[in-house]
Amino acid sequence: MDGIKTTELVIFVFFFLVVTVMGFYAARWRRPTDLMHLDEWGLGGRKFGSWVTWFLVGGDLYTAYTFVAVPALMFGAGAAGFFAVPYTIILYPIFFLILIRLWSVSHVRGYVTPADFVRARWDSPTLALLIAITGIVATMPYIALQLIGIEAVLKTMGVKGEIPIVVAFIILALYTYSSGLRAPALIAFVKDTLIYLTIIVAVIVIPSKLGGWDVIFGAAEEKFGSGAGVLLPATGQLQYATLALGSALALFLYPHSITAVLASKNRDVIKRNMSALPAYSLALGLLALLGFMAIAAGTTPVDGDNNTIVPALMDQMFPDWFAGVAFAAIGIGALVPAAIMSIAAANLFTRNIYKEYFRKDASSRDEARVAKIASLVVKLGALAVIIFIDPQFSIDLQLIGGVIILQTMPALAIGLFTRWFHPWALIAGWVGGMGVGMLMLYNIARIDPATGEVIRAHFGGSAFALTKLGFDTPATIYTGFVAIGVNLLVAVIATFLLRAMKQPEGTDTTRLEDYFADEDDPRVHDLPLDVGDREPAGDAGGRPRDPNPGT
Amino acid sequence: MVDRSISESPASSRGDTGSPDQTRQRKSDRQQGNDRSAWNWLLLPAIVIPLLVPLYNRIEPTLFGWPFFYWGQLAFIALGVATTSVVYQKTKTRKDPDADRSRPSTGAADRKGR
Repeated sequence: MDGIKTTELVIFVFFFLVVTVMGFYAARWRRPTDLMHLDEWGLGGRKFGSWVTWFLVGGDLYTAYTFVAVPALMFGAGAAGFFAVPYTIILYPIFFLILIRLWSVSHVRGYVTPADFVRARWDSPTLALLIAITGIVATMPYIALQLIGIEAVLKTMGVKGEIPIVVAFIILALYTYSSGLRAPALIAFVKDTLIYLTIIVAVIVIPSKLGGWDVIFGAAEEKFGSGAGVLLPATGQLQYATLALGSALALFLYPHSITAVLASKNRDVIKRNMSALPAYSLALGLLALLGFMAIAAGTTPVDGDNNTIVPALMDQMFPDWFAGVAFAAIGIGALVPAAIMSIAAANLFTRNIYKEYFRKDASSRDEARVAKIASLVVKLGALAVIIFIDPQFSIDLQLIGGVIILQTMPALAIGLFTRWFHPWALIAGWVGGMGVGMLMLYNIARIDPATGEVIRAHFGGSAFALTKLGFDTPATIYTGFVAIGVNLLVAVIATFLLRAMKQPEGTDTTRLEDYFADEDDPRVHDLPLDVGDREPAGDAGGRPRDPNPGT
Repeated sequence: MVDRSISESPASSRGDTGSPDQTRQRKSDRQQGNDRSAWNWLLLPAIVIPLLVPLYNRIEPTLFGWPFFYWGQLAFIALGVATTSVVYQKTKTRKDPDADRSRPSTGAADRKGR
């Protein structure tokens, strides 16, 4: 593996330069009258149609890390890694039911972040702050993980050291700074085209070279033969299902998913995409099987790093020039989500921390300026984490990220349907769920499946043994699932208590019909507090809005 | 005044939020008329079936050398696509699927990106 692979590297650099030009050009794409507004910089003008949304959301949710880590999991752990498929199937019906309401209320009220909604719905700056911080903390390691995706590719091409990653990320940071969400939206076209091309070629070429699918599954069967082979062991089934469900529920709560959805122009665009986005799930499912192909091909990961298994397999199976294309697909695949995530985190910081606590009278220009700087800080932070701290730290944090972002579900997702909970009960639930989740993760050890040795004593995974809860079974369950259960339980009990104590519950500044409003809804323009008015509703001054808007 | 334009229901054409009773009345009208739809129930199987592991945790029947565990789960994607498509068709705001393309849009750039 010594030496740099020139052909691959040249093609990789070529595509990287193409997207860099596109990233800077994006500032002029669908040119707005003024980019210095969060609706423009942070949400791309809120006008993306079906095609742009398909590429943007697909490029956002199916990250480079997913494309690298899922096959690596299949390679290392077998069938359990296939949870990504049910996870990304059930995602869309759930999106369909929930995110459309969030889109509507955000559209009418001009919300940019999920915490904006929480602030207005529950009339609680404290709860909104918790939601914003949760979102930022969960997103940061996710950005760092994208770097691991690029690193895996560079390693395979023989490029060592950190300087190439630093350069790549600084370029990304600069065009995100200048173009905002338009940059990843435009680059996503290149990313996804390359990804689909790579996967189609991979599932045709590699099995034929290896002698067919029988051989591939046979090799996996042999490797995992001591357990359940290519199936799940009986004890892993609950974990598989709860991990798929928990991950799906977590994904749509992540700020970057919400940012991409809010950028679409109407409800039908989102609904149509729920039928079109599963194309990516099919691609991911096929890609997952590359892990098994690597077993059959006898591929060895570079430097013992399982995350390099897909690049290493492609390097082994494809001619150099096409391996370069495939690597570019993964590399650009890291840039798109990293840009969207940093924008989402920057929006949260600006709207729910800066504006709420530091400068209540910030103008929309101030907001855009602060958000642009925040996006730089977020990316540099992610870069520092990767360079100065063990990458394993980001992987652990991301594992925690899924568990903690789930704790925003009651205030955000359930809040879209009911205001039954007491705002302070939701805060209590958040604290309870977070505490239990952290405690459980701390107590999960990673055990070497072959030797039974403990590799890591704490934060070793997300599969919690039910015996520790007193159940007489060897099965495991996804930690986030238990934590959200505790969260809800605490929130319900606290709501009853607070209501019995007659604690004030604040004023909901959203109205029921907001949740169904669509693009050309006349009310959007009649409301004094809509997007066009540049002074979003109820989340700025802390005053309840005029409860009688129709008069 | 503004509310009138978005609903045909008599209760909600009133321009005020009214008493709690009126609000409740409006609520039920609204939910039936705009968001709640029996068609949404169709989404439930697409969420539940992929999570029923014992259903597909088996080798047979194989397809092109693929154990059922793998091709079966990929086949569930079709289930997801089918149900979301049907629910979209039944609940979409506009009757004509291309209406938002031909509608006068907010700018030429808007169509360019499609």
